[in-house]
Amino acid sequence: MLSIRNLSKTYDGGVQALTDVSFDVPDGQFLAIIGLSGSGKSTLLRCINRLVEPTSGTVLWDDVDVTAAGKAEIRYIRRQIGMVFQHFNLVHRSPVVTNILAGRLGYVNPAWSLINRFPKMDIDKAMHILERVGIADKAKVRADELSGGQQQRVGVARAMMQDPRMILADEPVASLDPVLAHSIMQYLERINREDKVTVLCSLHFLDLVHRYADRAIALNEGRLVFDGPPQEIDDARFKAIYGQDAERVG
Amino acid sequence: MPNASGKPPSPTRLARLGRALLVLFAIIFGFLIYAYGFQVTKVDLEETKSPRRQEQLFRILRALAQPDLIEYDQRETSARVPVFLPCPESGGLPGPVASLPSGPSITLDPGCGAAGERLTVTGEGFPAGADGRVYFVPPNGIQLSTADFRTDQGGSFTASVQLPERETPEAQTILAIARENTGAPRLTQNAHDTWDKIVETVFMALLGTTFGTIIAVPLSFLAARNLMKDVTGTVAALAVILIAIPVGAWLGASVWRVALAGTSAMASSPLATIAVAAAMLVVTGFALRWALPAEETVIPPRLLRQARSAVILVAGLLGLLAFVLISRLMVHAGAQLAGVLGVVAFVGTFITALGEVIEVLLGAIAIGAGAVLLAGTAGNLVRRVREAVSHQGGRQLDLALASLAGAVGAALLGAILEWLYRLQDARLTLYGPAIVGAGVGLLIAWRVGTADTFPVGLVVYNLTRTVLNVLRAVEPLIMVIVIAVWVGIGPFAGVLALSLHTVAALGKLFSEDVETISAGPLEAVTATGATRLQMIIYAVVPQIIPTYVSLTMYRWDINVRLSTIIGFAGGGGIGFLLQQNANLLNYRAASAQILAIALVVIAMDYLSSYLRQKAV
Repeated sequence: MLSIRNLSKTYDGGVQALTDVSFDVPDGQFLAIIGLSGSGKSTLLRCINRLVEPTSGTVLWDDVDVTAAGKAEIRYIRRQIGMVFQHFNLVHRSPVVTNILAGRLGYVNPAWSLINRFPKMDIDKAMHILERVGIADKAKVRADELSGGQQQRVGVARAMMQDPRMILADEPVASLDPVLAHSIMQYLERINREDKVTVLCSLHFLDLVHRYADRAIALNEGRLVFDGPPQEIDDARFKAIYGQDAERVG
Repeated sequence: MPNASGKPPSPTRLARLGRALLVLFAIIFGFLIYAYGFQVTKVDLEETKSPRRQEQLFRILRALAQPDLIEYDQRETSARVPVFLPCPESGGLPGPVASLPSGPSITLDPGCGAAGERLTVTGEGFPAGADGRVYFVPPNGIQLSTADFRTDQGGSFTASVQLPERETPEAQTILAIARENTGAPRLTQNAHDTWDKIVETVFMALLGTTFGTIIAVPLSFLAARNLMKDVTGTVAALAVILIAIPVGAWLGASVWRVALAGTSAMASSPLATIAVAAAMLVVTGFALRWALPAEETVIPPRLLRQARSAVILVAGLLGLLAFVLISRLMVHAGAQLAGVLGVVAFVGTFITALGEVIEVLLGAIAIGAGAVLLAGTAGNLVRRVREAVSHQGGRQLDLALASLAGAVGAALLGAILEWLYRLQDARLTLYGPAIVGAGVGLLIAWRVGTADTFPVGLVVYNLTRTVLNVLRAVEPLIMVIVIAVWVGIGPFAGVLALSLHTVAALGKLFSEDVETISAGPLEAVTATGATRLQMIIYAVVPQIIPTYVSLTMYRWDINVRLSTIIGFAGGGGIGFLLQQNANLLNYRAASAQILAIALVVIAMDYLSSYLRQKAV
């Protein structure tokens, strides 16, 4: 179980991105995080694997204090947490297969990385996952030659390479059209259902939240303003999350 | 004052007046600046107009237009007549004077004259269409060139000669020599020298660029803000690392020296050496394979990790020894090969040089590895000790270690001062700095506290930047003056100066490129649990390759230009030859070198832009 306790983050410029956020995520849950742009969703996700260093509060994962982990320990924690990004964050000039193999970097010996070597079993695993996300024929293609939807599949595949116990997805479909959005969300759903991987996914569109999430939490200006099943987001709650002037789309 | 309509007119007018005055002052100021500039740079348009100066300019331009590249065998045809300067008192020989009419002959009209008077020289019987020159030969025999001529179809010519200020009662001589080119054209000695030196120049640029780039690449990562800003640590760990680095470096150097001394006897029998080195490498390979498993899903127990570290250490030592043997062997074998290879003896010399380079590199690696290993071990140890002791104890440990590190660091600086200025005063170069350093260390530890937030990355970043900026401020032409004192005048000094400047220039350009790469992949790779080194290899390097290649090509281009003139300051290459010829007023020879430089630079321009297009 993942427990977020009184998490706050103030950036160097004085921006208060998160204020006293607390919630628990049981193993195997598909949790949607909603809120306006700038409400702190990305910061929250990055505090969980400490890509962003929280100012105060703790993140406990299976009773391990992530916020207190040392440098070697945090690497061990990170390799069990896959991450999917809005802008895919692929290395454009590297081939697809190298981008996916990067998911194993937390496991392989750094000395082997010096000579750009991955074990055979990792390469096989990468090909297998490429097949699973339907782009096996693109393995040798440069990442920036793929379409947006294919690039995000590589992003998901990279997270899958980690054999993750949890996936953090930061608006994984915000740069994609609705059809592609559903296909990417279905991959995340399958990983969640079949591999029992906990998924924390920030989303913009409420219909996606309704369709895929077990539970939703909402942030507004860094504060937790909603925590419950997606069905409970009625008009009043919607205005509390998105502001009084907001109108529902989709 | 605002008037009735609310507009304040007088401030506007005032402001306009003020602006006009400001412009006026700016113009006057600019005028003064340029006036002073003309004075200090001694701009003198009269000089450029004086006929004497112009004549000199034309002479040089004509020489430059005839580069000394090709020569022919020449056949000379000459004729001479006596001449009286001034005319004899007796009044004899008033009319034309002719040489003997057999073969080529010349006639003077009149046959004598006063200094400064003009005589007409008419020649006959010379080869047709030949170039020649008329000389005045005083009794000491030195030929003074007085006029040029070219013979017509019939082998005749006419030239006008002005008599020089060399009056003597004896008969002097007018000599006409016609020169004909015979046989095939061939390259002059100057052309051969120019070719040798231009080859040397191009290779100076190549080696300087290569060495400089190899050093600049890792430095550029240290000088990139986006890679360094997140590198932080605890004061205690940093303090021991600071102490451990020089100690580790010293240990590494000692190991290297012992390895060198221990292997000096073995190089005498090559076969045995090869066998021993190969065996060592095989053992090292197997040991490393065992100690560095490709991938582990669970963290191994501590005992196993310690055993692996020990094996890696031993394997590293063994590997070092093997490579020292190999380098020894290369030095030995290269020297032998150079003796038997004949024309390609330079290959043997190169192998010897390569062996020596490997030897030096191994030393550098041993020093670096010693520093890194000891620093890493010490850092780990301190971390573990800090975890074991209480918070208060940790704080005291921080303070103690920081002041110790400060003292050691400052004492090292003091040692450098002592070495540079020979102060011979331990209070100034040892105790004083140590106490100040300890105080500074204490202060830093006090301010930072126990958190691991000391921005060591930014400190390294700023240090690297400063060193690069200072190095870049010194032109390679100036660097080579110092380096030529160290390694002697010649191309090697040029290579070192070019390398040093390339490190500075490329280090900065590379690091600026690293700072512009997109942060997304860095974040993504870090999120997989990669180490910083892995992140650099898999997220940074692929992004920077095209720009690095392009910048290196560009630098090569610049280095070719620089290497053409670095010889002026003792750096070898064609500049050395050019400067010699220019100083000897041998402008036709210098012209050949200028031409060669222009051709090479133009060729490099095209080549590098072509390769850059290919690379990106």
